[in-house]
Amino acid sequence: MRELSYSEAALEAIAEEMRRDPRIFYMSTDPILPLLQEFGEQRIKATPITEAALTGIGIGAAGSGFRPIVDWRQVTFCFVAMDQIVNQAAKIHYMFGGQVSFPLLFRATVGGGGRVAAQHSQSPYSMFMNVAGLKMFLPSTPYDVKGLLKTAIRDNNPVISFESSRLLRLKGPVPEEDYTIPFGEALVRREGRDATIVALAWLVHEALAAADELDKEGISVEVVDPRSLVPLDAERIRASVQKTGRLLIADEAGPTAGFSAEVAALVSEDRATFARLKAPPKRVCALQVPIPYSPVLENHVFPDRNRIAAGVRELLKA
Amino acid sequence: MPLSLNLSPDKQREMLRQMLTIRRFEERASADYLAGKIYGVVHCYIGEEAVAVGVCSALEKSDRIISTHRGHGHSIAKGADLKRMMAELYGRRTGYCKGKGGSMHIADFGIGMLGANGIVAGGIAIVTGAGLAAQMEGKGGVAVAFFGDGASNAGPFHECLNIAASWKLPMLYVCENNLYAAQTAAAATHALSDIASRAAAYGIPGLVVDGNDIVAVYQAASRAVDRARSGAGPSLIECKTYRWRAHTERRNQPDPREKEEIEAWKKRDPILALERRLKEEGGLDEGERSTMEREVLAALEEAVAFAERSPFPLPEEAGEDVFSA
Repeated sequence: MRELSYSEAALEAIAEEMRRDPRIFYMSTDPILPLLQEFGEQRIKATPITEAALTGIGIGAAGSGFRPIVDWRQVTFCFVAMDQIVNQAAKIHYMFGGQVSFPLLFRATVGGGGRVAAQHSQSPYSMFMNVAGLKMFLPSTPYDVKGLLKTAIRDNNPVISFESSRLLRLKGPVPEEDYTIPFGEALVRREGRDATIVALAWLVHEALAAADELDKEGISVEVVDPRSLVPLDAERIRASVQKTGRLLIADEAGPTAGFSAEVAALVSEDRATFARLKAPPKRVCALQVPIPYSPVLENHVFPDRNRIAAGVRELLKA
Repeated sequence: MPLSLNLSPDKQREMLRQMLTIRRFEERASADYLAGKIYGVVHCYIGEEAVAVGVCSALEKSDRIISTHRGHGHSIAKGADLKRMMAELYGRRTGYCKGKGGSMHIADFGIGMLGANGIVAGGIAIVTGAGLAAQMEGKGGVAVAFFGDGASNAGPFHECLNIAASWKLPMLYVCENNLYAAQTAAAATHALSDIASRAAAYGIPGLVVDGNDIVAVYQAASRAVDRARSGAGPSLIECKTYRWRAHTERRNQPDPREKEEIEAWKKRDPILALERRLKEEGGLDEGERSTMEREVLAALEEAVAFAERSPFPLPEEAGEDVFSA
């Protein structure tokens, strides 16, 4: 199968959907050139750097029969649009009794490692998971980013596509034919017996590397990639933990009230899963600090394959 | 030549009826709120009726508007059903939002009413998106943002005026300057006395209108609508007006405004002004006025009765409508 990079696969998903549905248009502060060349400036709108207005305009156009894509670029830029995201987009369908749909896609890169310091290295998806009325996903492969983006564009709700900045150049197989990936379906990336690692995006790859390392020590690790955050596939995560009896959650975000806390709770509050636990769930997350600039500092803040492997060894000691 | 000459007596009587409907609706909403039949919070539009009705009279049903936390007037002016409005205020399942929205969130997308919005300036960007949609549809539709003097100091106002001007969106930005943002006087938070003068910064027309003169509002709106439909872009219309009641209907709601100021504005009643004008021009007699009053009250009673006999939602319906199918 041909290979595409993560960002090429994302672009292909958008271009294919825009060819299929003339109601889709795209707003971003700097238009993506291949899209602009193919679809022209009516559908690929160059906008001022005003994410609050763009987000609201997207909501209004969605409620008026269009299917807008609002590209925030980096997640950090969407914080000036929090009223529109939290008070408007997330609530407008519910608050008005479901009168009309708001098919609306937001795109934002997340993650660190770029040596760009605190404001440009964020992974705040759990803030959005906490808001009822938004769907969201965070893919780990080119295949997934394309399939999930297509599902998002065809969904009749506000959806946030969080895209890992560390993975934009990652290459992987992407079929030429049309396909979608449903929300709420986690994928077991590697099967194992002794421990389950639930990891997101870049950390899926680190977890797989850690699993290779642990395999040499005779430790068999299962790696589960949730792919979509809302809805979250609690069933598959629980099934894996019931099998292995041990859970480690790896997240590029800090632990406090985060995705990792949610997964730990989903597993612990389920009687059947809790009964199978051989050790308390363990979280391997970023430190709960703003992300620093200097490589020495930044590397210290983020989890990696070594910390994940060390965490699994601790789980087995317990 | 009287300003009202290009408005037929029928149209003026319809405007009067709508303003009267808003006033009586608000009086009833306030009373029922204080009686505990309506929950949460109610913001009355009394005194500002000429703005909503004057502007919406210049629109087609297919045009889209967005409103504020003080949204009953705009809903009625755009043609909302009083029964479903009152049922929503009563928290009933037959309400516009199935009891999920209440007074601050009346919406009827079927008539282009994109919702009352509880966040100051929150709706401006959304309705600008409706304006963009109208432009892309290419059918000559326009979109109208109603907002207050308070919202004119917030980011979305400036961001959206700039975008609408740059993209020549078919938009009307209608600022209802009632002189107070909640309890704070506009004079304390605005460096310029005319919000309309800000239009110059975006290269669009900015008009100051007597917001209690419905004919003036209608004519300004009509010109702005023509301009928008022709593809010439947005306008900012500042309607100077006043709310007679406190910011909300809560008991003990603080209201720092001077009694004399409130009384002076009540003498400039927009409903009485149109009524007088119509009578002077022979477009309305006492009998017609009484009939109108009776009909408006009857429609309101019918709405209240509908709300009262409507069922509350089932508790578990709280879990519905989070997402669209």
